[in-house]
Amino acid sequence: MSATTPERTGVTTQAIEGSQTIRLAPNYWPFVVPALVVVGAVIVFPWAFTLWMSVNRWTLGQARSFAGLENYLRLAGDPRFWESLWHTLTYTFLSVAAPMVLGTIAALIFDAKFPLRGLLRGVFVMPMMATPVAVALVWTMMFHPQLGVLNYLLSLVGIPAQEWIFNASTVIPSLVAVETWQWTPLVMLIVLGGLASVPREPFESAEIDGANAWQQFRYLTLPMIAPFLMIAVIIRTIDALKSFDIIYAMTQGGPGTASETINIYLYNTAFSYYDIGYGSAMAVVFFIVIVALSFILLMLRQRSQWIGVEGK
Amino acid sequence: MSSNLFNPTRRQLLQASAALAAAGIAGIRPGFAAAVDWKRFAGTTLDVNLIKSPRSDTLIKYLAEFEELTGIKVNAEATPEQQQRQKTVIELSSGKPSFDVVHLSYHVQKRQFEKGGWLADISSYITDPTLTDPGLVESDFADAGMLFAKDGQGVLRSLPFSVDYWIVYWNTELFAAKGLKYPETLEQLVAAAEALTDPSTNTYGFVARGLKNANTPVWTSLMLGYDMTPLDNQGKLRTTSPEAVEAAALYQRLMTKSAPPGVTGFNWAEAQSAFLQGKIGMWFDGVGFAPPMENPEKSRVVGKVGYGVMPKGPKAHAAGTFGDGIGVTSASEKKEAAYLFCQWAISPAMGARLLQAGAGVPFRKSVLEDPKVREGVTMPASWLDAVVGSGNVSRLSLPVIIPVTEFRDIYGVALTNLIAGADPAEELKKATEQFQPVLDRSEQG
Repeated sequence: MSATTPERTGVTTQAIEGSQTIRLAPNYWPFVVPALVVVGAVIVFPWAFTLWMSVNRWTLGQARSFAGLENYLRLAGDPRFWESLWHTLTYTFLSVAAPMVLGTIAALIFDAKFPLRGLLRGVFVMPMMATPVAVALVWTMMFHPQLGVLNYLLSLVGIPAQEWIFNASTVIPSLVAVETWQWTPLVMLIVLGGLASVPREPFESAEIDGANAWQQFRYLTLPMIAPFLMIAVIIRTIDALKSFDIIYAMTQGGPGTASETINIYLYNTAFSYYDIGYGSAMAVVFFIVIVALSFILLMLRQRSQWIGVEGK
Repeated sequence: MSSNLFNPTRRQLLQASAALAAAGIAGIRPGFAAAVDWKRFAGTTLDVNLIKSPRSDTLIKYLAEFEELTGIKVNAEATPEQQQRQKTVIELSSGKPSFDVVHLSYHVQKRQFEKGGWLADISSYITDPTLTDPGLVESDFADAGMLFAKDGQGVLRSLPFSVDYWIVYWNTELFAAKGLKYPETLEQLVAAAEALTDPSTNTYGFVARGLKNANTPVWTSLMLGYDMTPLDNQGKLRTTSPEAVEAAALYQRLMTKSAPPGVTGFNWAEAQSAFLQGKIGMWFDGVGFAPPMENPEKSRVVGKVGYGVMPKGPKAHAAGTFGDGIGVTSASEKKEAAYLFCQWAISPAMGARLLQAGAGVPFRKSVLEDPKVREGVTMPASWLDAVVGSGNVSRLSLPVIIPVTEFRDIYGVALTNLIAGADPAEELKKATEQFQPVLDRSEQG
């Protein structure tokens, strides 16, 4: 393009020359500054500030003082923190696994051609569009041990009433059921996209070789949609790890602390107990856990790409 | 508290009556005395921070009257309870709150606000006849109101707005079917609850909050019947005392033998829903939750609900008391104008509106005892009797400390564990070990 030729723009000429001699590089700095300011303000500063708060003894309404690693040491000896971390991991694992299995099955069903497929697919994705707090309120009523419809339905088939979210031993599976109901459609849509890109030829060859449906799924479909499954796993893991609204609206972490995840505990510490320093330390540790988990997931994604797409 | 402080003297009553009569002659709205120069701060703009509730809704509904009376423009903001607590703490601790008047839940925020020095001293305002209606005297408030409104040094920091006594809602039909009458003691309450319970018909004798945090006031209110409070006057925890353990054991017995399944997850809303279905004998909770009982669109127990004062405990007769107040922020530059707003908010006229609408119960005795006000109350007479009766035996149910939420959370978990079958003494010991350092830290710095 003529606009970028050295003859037409002195700046470009300088830049081209500058690419060979580093001294002209500063001409580009003004273009980078806005991005740097934004990144600094919305990512670096909040994290630096959180880190700083975490090494302070700081409760709102009281004097602040430097605490060093005291908040972190307190975390190490806080059974409620470890319990909430365990709840977070359990909840995340179940909230990823269940929608992954059900979403994949749903995608395989909706990938086939049958009457009213489009309509049913539309109905299937509707839970995903609902507001989490509204979903939580509706499910809370459905789970009510005396007034809820679920126990009524169970009674019709002779199963005794359950306590669902009102019992410490069933609360996490019940919350996972809600999460699964809402987010299985997302997995279905991602996997459906993957299935649409799968070539037909390998399946024709497999049929000729006498492979049954399970073998075709296990050795052809699954490896080929693996990159899409990994994307779904990553999205679901991030979503489940940061899940707050449904749990808070339905149980507030209860009964007792039976469904208290790190997010709920962190929120209570910072905004109900106003212990900003301790809450910040919790946020920093949780961030490290998330980074570690993300790293593992990204590694797995690399592996799935190698098998599925590049075919090396 | 001395008795004369909380019982109006003949002189005070005469002053109040004279003020009301003068106001009527002067054509001023009832309850707003002519002696007060209400227009003194005309043209001022006040920012008011309220907790979203039927009480604040009532204030906002009649705000135009205050603006007309004083010429003060009011920007009122009402936010839900939890968010309001967060917002006020963050803004007040910054030293530059965006509001002049703040609405506070005494049972949660009192000590925190006092320690932060966030509320202005209004002692001199209440004795200033140019600022204060002669009918506004300390003795007109229920004892608990003034306990809430004054700090540890006896300085008046706010005006008591609305009180919430814990009462027993009881299903008269279920009681009659079993030939039972309303219990007079906690022992009888337990017996009645167990007699009414019949899981085969999905009928249960008792329900109360089982959800962590929400359940703690149930236990502390039961504890009052043992003449025990969670902390002594020196601020030392008494949560492992034999009385505290007995109260916890009573809670455990009621919630395991007479309450519906899943009660560990019940907050007041779930307990209320259950009671409204007509299958619960007694529900123990705040008096402010009464209006839906008599609403045919929401209740299956209309006309069948009895409202009872908390039965006597083994050592004392006490009704757990909670409340909210309204005060002027110490950072406000319009303190006197803000005080006028507070005074209007707790005026007899506004108190009558609260009571008659079932939106709240004013702390002021003159409102509760006024026959004309009582005539206009939409709730049954037994409800009002329970309110007045509870006022006579009212005692603060939660300790006045900064970490109230942690207190409720930690002991709330212990109480939840009791419903699952844990040992009361052991659970309270564990909870106390966990809470003691939190309490110690709260008063440092």
